[in-house]
Amino acid sequence: MNGTAPFALAAAGLVGLGLYGMLAQSSVLRKVIAFNLLGIGVFLVFGIAARRGAAAGLPADPVPQAMVITGLVVAFAATALALVLTLRLHQTTGAVTLAEDPPTANSAAPSE
Amino acid sequence: MTGTPGGSLLVLAIALPLGATLIAFVLGGQAAARLARASLWLWLALTVAITAMVIRQGEPIIYVLGGFAPPLGIALSADGLAAAMLLAGAIVLVATAQFGRVAYAAPSWEMGGRAAFAYWCLLPALAASLAVAFLARDLFSLFVALEMLTFTALALACLDGRPSQFKAELRYLLFALLGSVLYLLGCALIYGAYGTLDIGLLTGNTRADAPTRLAGALMTAGLLAKMAVFPLHLWLPPAHAGAPPAGSALLSGLVVKGAFVLLVRLWFWVLPGPPVAGAELLATLGAAAILVGSVVALRQEKLKALIAYSTVAQIGYLFLMFPLLMAGDPDAATRAWMGGMLQAVSHALAKAAMFLAAGLIVQSIGEDRVAGLCGAARAAPLAVLAIAIGGLSLMGVPPSGGFTAKWMLLRASVDTGQWWWSLVILAGGLLTGGYVYRLVAAALAPAPPDATPRPVPRLQEVSVLVLALLSMALGLLPLSMLGLAQIGQPVIAP
Repeated sequence: MNGTAPFALAAAGLVGLGLYGMLAQSSVLRKVIAFNLLGIGVFLVFGIAARRGAAAGLPADPVPQAMVITGLVVAFAATALALVLTLRLHQTTGAVTLAEDPPTANSAAPSE
Repeated sequence: MTGTPGGSLLVLAIALPLGATLIAFVLGGQAAARLARASLWLWLALTVAITAMVIRQGEPIIYVLGGFAPPLGIALSADGLAAAMLLAGAIVLVATAQFGRVAYAAPSWEMGGRAAFAYWCLLPALAASLAVAFLARDLFSLFVALEMLTFTALALACLDGRPSQFKAELRYLLFALLGSVLYLLGCALIYGAYGTLDIGLLTGNTRADAPTRLAGALMTAGLLAKMAVFPLHLWLPPAHAGAPPAGSALLSGLVVKGAFVLLVRLWFWVLPGPPVAGAELLATLGAAAILVGSVVALRQEKLKALIAYSTVAQIGYLFLMFPLLMAGDPDAATRAWMGGMLQAVSHALAKAAMFLAAGLIVQSIGEDRVAGLCGAARAAPLAVLAIAIGGLSLMGVPPSGGFTAKWMLLRASVDTGQWWWSLVILAGGLLTGGYVYRLVAAALAPAPPDATPRPVPRLQEVSVLVLALLSMALGLLPLSMLGLAQIGQPVIAP
């Protein structure tokens, strides 16, 4: 058990939670949140790689941190795109899930 | 490592379309459309120059960004695979841009100009993403390229803004995001193990240990989800069939090929002596995709859904090359490699032509059921011809590009003693013949007496037909051009 083990366990937990959420949740909004959990778990893995790969005397290897920043931007853009689509889906059909026959489809779609 | 002559061409191939996207976004209107088209023609010229240079030098072009050599900096490189895919991408994009001159010519914002504005900004953006996906030489840049491809493709698919479309595209986005996060997790593991993500530095230096295997499995699973390989294919047909014609053509023809190139780079450049059992699993999934996709395509009632299921089947062929490459027979491996590359290129051209032609037919006769296609051959003769020619290429009828691709895979499978794949290739060809026949026979049937087809713009018909003819002409290429695929071909230890 060294200094990075708690972070590794946390990363594994986040990845597991996120993966489960993306596959098992039916609501699109929850899927998007699960995607973000999964992403944070992966970024944590990058952080651990940075800590373990640091040269003697340095706190961390900077390259994975640069990758995490890029990854955060990409995940942010992906989340924004997914949310816009979810919003349009809800506005036009009233649906909040991707099921073929959404239970809320009967309710009148709100006009734009 | 230092760069080679011609390296600046690679930078231009990325910077030109990216710059055009940004400027088109600022300009808007007709100026954006003109700029996008001009940049795509220039991009085509650039890709021709890159291809010619790779052929002349006989080795990959390399450019080291800012003079910082990996692992500190990042490098771009164009080998035969990258050059061939870039050229195919440029041809499809230019043809789609010509097609869009009519479809997205809205003069003002009120008259559908919003879709036109997005279309002309996104076309060069797709070109830039493809260039990064084919030219980047490190796994993280490839991740960014994958995401750029997904975002532009998704926006192109939603151009119409029809309510029925959002569900299919949202499902596509979630699949793609899951795929890219798995890929990124694999990147983190590889970085943790080797301290670099540069493909050139990783080649030959990776060990067959647990973290590398796990990273390879995660990244492969992620890319398979993005490529809609059986049994992860369910998102593709609604997402591709529901998009507007230009969007479907780009999604089916090019976007899935981006993930394919990544998968090939991962397996044959990065992974240490890729596992034969894994390759056989991939080929089995591919074979199942060919059979299931073709049979389901035969049963489709909607024209575009049929073509989309055909994409599922044709992607399957790409996976047959994996075990053939690892059989330890160098001649067969070369054949399998060229067959796989030709299949990727010829499918890109043929499928783009078929989707665009299907869009023209639907627009002309106002009917998207296969059974309702009667009279299409009179209403849009060149579009039906393009579907027929593209179909011949998918079937693998000589002298098409699809024939050469499938014949090379077939010979490689017989030469390596893995004859069962050749049965799948032949059965797939027969089934493809079945669904192409359904389309063409329906289109050639006489029109109902009260039919009033709308005329099809000649420019659109011609650009579609040129694409189809090019997919056919691929089979007539001289052998020296086919040798392009071998430049930079990895040596695979059995």
